[in-house]
Amino acid sequence: MAFGLKKLILPLITIAIFAAVWQLAAGKYPPEQFPGPTDVLKAIKELADSGVLWGHIGISLTRFGGAYLLAVTVAIPLGLFLGSFTRCHAAIDPLIQVLRPISPIAWFPLAVLWFGIGNAPAVFIIFLAAFYPVLLTTISAVRAVPKVYLMVATNFGAGSRMTFLRVIVPAAFPGIMVGLHIAVGTAWIHLVAGEMLGAQSGLGFMIVDARNFLRTDQIMAGMLLVGLLGLAIYKGMKAAESYIGRRWGIVA
Amino acid sequence: MSAQVTAKIQLAAVEKRFSSARGDEQIAVSQLDLDIQAGEFVCLVGPSGCGKTTLINMMAGFDRPSSGSVVIDGKTVTAPSPNHIMIFQDYGLYPWRTVLGNVLFGLQARGVPPAEAKGKALAALELVGLLQSIDKHPHELSGGMKQRVSIARALAVEPSVLFMDEPFAALDAFTRLHLQDEVLRIWTEKKPTVVFVTHDLDEAIALGQRVVLMAPNPGRIQRILDVKLPHPRERTDTDFAVFRKQLFEEFHLVHRQANQTAEYMI
Repeated sequence: MAFGLKKLILPLITIAIFAAVWQLAAGKYPPEQFPGPTDVLKAIKELADSGVLWGHIGISLTRFGGAYLLAVTVAIPLGLFLGSFTRCHAAIDPLIQVLRPISPIAWFPLAVLWFGIGNAPAVFIIFLAAFYPVLLTTISAVRAVPKVYLMVATNFGAGSRMTFLRVIVPAAFPGIMVGLHIAVGTAWIHLVAGEMLGAQSGLGFMIVDARNFLRTDQIMAGMLLVGLLGLAIYKGMKAAESYIGRRWGIVA
Repeated sequence: MSAQVTAKIQLAAVEKRFSSARGDEQIAVSQLDLDIQAGEFVCLVGPSGCGKTTLINMMAGFDRPSSGSVVIDGKTVTAPSPNHIMIFQDYGLYPWRTVLGNVLFGLQARGVPPAEAKGKALAALELVGLLQSIDKHPHELSGGMKQRVSIARALAVEPSVLFMDEPFAALDAFTRLHLQDEVLRIWTEKKPTVVFVTHDLDEAIALGQRVVLMAPNPGRIQRILDVKLPHPRERTDTDFAVFRKQLFEEFHLVHRQANQTAEYMI
């Protein structure tokens, strides 16, 4: 009962209050300027019925998934490498520190110049958004591997291959998971930005397209869907994390 | 597990110098000589800063002496060896491996075939009384059980020397007493050479055939006490109390000297 109250009823009350306040506030303005929740739900239904919505969602998710996986497959090995070799890290770290604060969106003009309009600039921007968190957490996770783990490995005569694959990688794994988690969030946020700027499809494009037709209700529908899908992805990530955590013997 | 090969450790004029942050040189261990017989149980005790951990690290090959030599079984120690296993105070267990997986680690590193490795690991776990917990992960175990796992991991590879660096310092008093008895039982059964670092004088007298009392500034041997009491020792015996008194008196002397030196330095 207490579980249901905390997990379900309290959040539902908040959402109900939020929707009520929104509806009341929206009532004071023309719907083209500030649509209420009912207008937005109607817009979602309209988009869904016409079939365009599923296409946009599918494309957004594919871009997001593809760019995210690409970023992860580059960032984790690179992070493991830079974390293991102090000298390489010392050489490359300043460059990373300069490139990292540049917002992925700032890359947009170059991305369009290099890759043209379409999938590539959006993928590139999501890639950048996911890349740095994974890279940096992987590096620090490797560097934070307790010294005693390595001493034990050396003591038992484990070779460098065994030490890397069976001590350093698993020891760094929980830290890497944190990076993967952060990267999901930043990548999803930048997905919309990337699609608003350079793409002809996807949820970001849908929002821009709605603006061009002054369909404020569809703009908000797009925003709401981005939020809901973000939540779903976050929940999925959480579930994967706790599953892996249990298998890893970290979480009880 | 077959009969253990025994070892003999010889320290000759071992010295370890560090340069401090200020640039002046500090002597952690100074011109130290010590012979440890095969199958002997030796305890190193002393106040902090006496170099006992530095010394055991040099014997185990984790650290090199600045001068002098550490020889085990006639060979100069230059690196850690799977034949001389160190037991750490914080266990050094791998949290992603089960109890069995942790004990298997050393055998896998040595390339022992899986079936044989499992047999040896289970035998070692039986010796420390952990057969019930082989599928648990370290976070599910108490501190005492964790240390048993790390002892089992060491025993599984049948080392000739066990180095133990304050292995029970983080445990509560009951668990500590219990594990002391366990270590003695295992030592009596397997007869490895044991070098045991502790700052607990009672622990040293309960365990060691010889107790090496060290003094700081610079780290050196103050006194070697032969504890001629049979194992297992009754901690309430009068003989035990005699050795205890001797060691405590000697220890207070070390402490006074250390404090005086500290005052001079100020």
